[in-house]
Amino acid sequence: MTYLPYFVAAWLLIVGLYGIITSRHLVHLIMCLVVVQTSTYVLLLAIGFRYGAIAPVFADVPVGTPAVDSVVQALMLTDIVVEATVVALLLALAIKAHERTGSADPENLGLMRG
Amino acid sequence: MIVLHAEILIFVAVAGTAVVLTRNPLSQVIGLTFYGLLLALMFFIFQAPDVAFSQIVVGAVALPLMVLLALAKIRNREVKQRMHHER
Amino acid sequence: MSFRWRKSLFVLSAAAFFAFYLWGLRGLPGLGHYPGPYGDIINAVVVSERHVTDAVTAVNFDYRGFDTLGEEFILFASVMGAMVLLRKSEDEEIDPPLDFAPDRVAPPMSDAVHLLGFLLAGPLLVFGLYTVTHGQLTPGGGFQGGVILASVPLMIYLSADYECFCRITSHTLAEVAEAAAAGGFALLGLIALLFGLPYLQNFLPLGETGNVASGGSIALISFLTGVEVAAGFVLLMMVFFSEAFVLRAIGEDKPEKKQKTRP
Repeated sequence: MTYLPYFVAAWLLIVGLYGIITSRHLVHLIMCLVVVQTSTYVLLLAIGFRYGAIAPVFADVPVGTPAVDSVVQALMLTDIVVEATVVALLLALAIKAHERTGSADPENLGLMRG
Repeated sequence: MIVLHAEILIFVAVAGTAVVLTRNPLSQVIGLTFYGLLLALMFFIFQAPDVAFSQIVVGAVALPLMVLLALAKIRNREVKQRMHHER
Repeated sequence: MSFRWRKSLFVLSAAAFFAFYLWGLRGLPGLGHYPGPYGDIINAVVVSERHVTDAVTAVNFDYRGFDTLGEEFILFASVMGAMVLLRKSEDEEIDPPLDFAPDRVAPPMSDAVHLLGFLLAGPLLVFGLYTVTHGQLTPGGGFQGGVILASVPLMIYLSADYECFCRITSHTLAEVAEAAAAGGFALLGLIALLFGLPYLQNFLPLGETGNVASGGSIALISFLTGVEVAAGFVLLMMVFFSEAFVLRAIGEDKPEKKQKTRP
């Protein structure tokens, strides 16, 4: 149990990579990339957690109460919002690739023509 | 509490596998939204309310919107190609 | 490389990755036994040093404000990249917007959805502004509040139609707001330089704990980030909508609008 979140993070990474490699549709590939990104959240969250501790918000509790790590939470927070915009950029690329080649299959994208 | 943590981690792993193994992109979007909400629940259980807030609004509002619009554009073009070929 | 070769190569590399991962896991603490000093130090000093009660917001916009500046510019660049990619190209033309699929019949919008959307738009806007401004006190802040604010036009679109969405959003305003907020964040750091402090140091008066106006420049940076994230997502929505509904390749025939009549 003490190492379960680390195994879950590795499993999500491997499963997401498997989905990317064996994908037949560009949008399916992008959503598997989202799963890979969430594996890093699980890992960061598990590192900062402490049993019996509260959230790092001291609005109504005294300052000395044991709280979980706030630095890793700050890293995850910006990462989530930025991930959504990067997915938007990748979706724009997928739309353009479908327009130029006529199919959304990564196998049919072929070599670069120039 | 320890059981709750272990349960939610196993749910997240199973849901992530289900998202990857769904091949049809339209069904996968629904699965991805549910996976995002499950992740937000996991963040909440692990005492991270800020991150859970962020994940709910992004993973259930912004991300499915953009994926569905991209799918609509791809599907529109494929249907028009097919209608063109049938002429 | 054929499919089977790719799969077997993947299985081999996944096994090697897993072996290295297990070797590296031995140095990590187990779940729940966080040893490291930084989280404890920050949690102990954040209320007295910065007069804010939410440690995550303080870390985001003050202690590690430089990382947040970088992330915000990643957001800015991604929005810009999506806008550049989905602009109108030479072989596309702008048509009157058609918000439906060419081979499906669009059902009429029900009155309950209209009413719910319009009733909820106001409270959602107020909630978004509350989240942005109260980031120092309770979980919230610029990033979360910005996305909530961006979902107000989205809800108007979902409960009305695309013309209503176009009427309430303005491309120029969103672009100017996003650029001004992103530039304002970088400029705030430069103003700290004028005071003789390091870049992005907190230089405004700190206020008292528990007030909305506390934390000095944390509140200001959080507000600017909220504006930037909201404007960025509204721009993304406008670009994706115009790509899906408005732009059409030259030479494609325009489908006629089939509408189910109300019973």
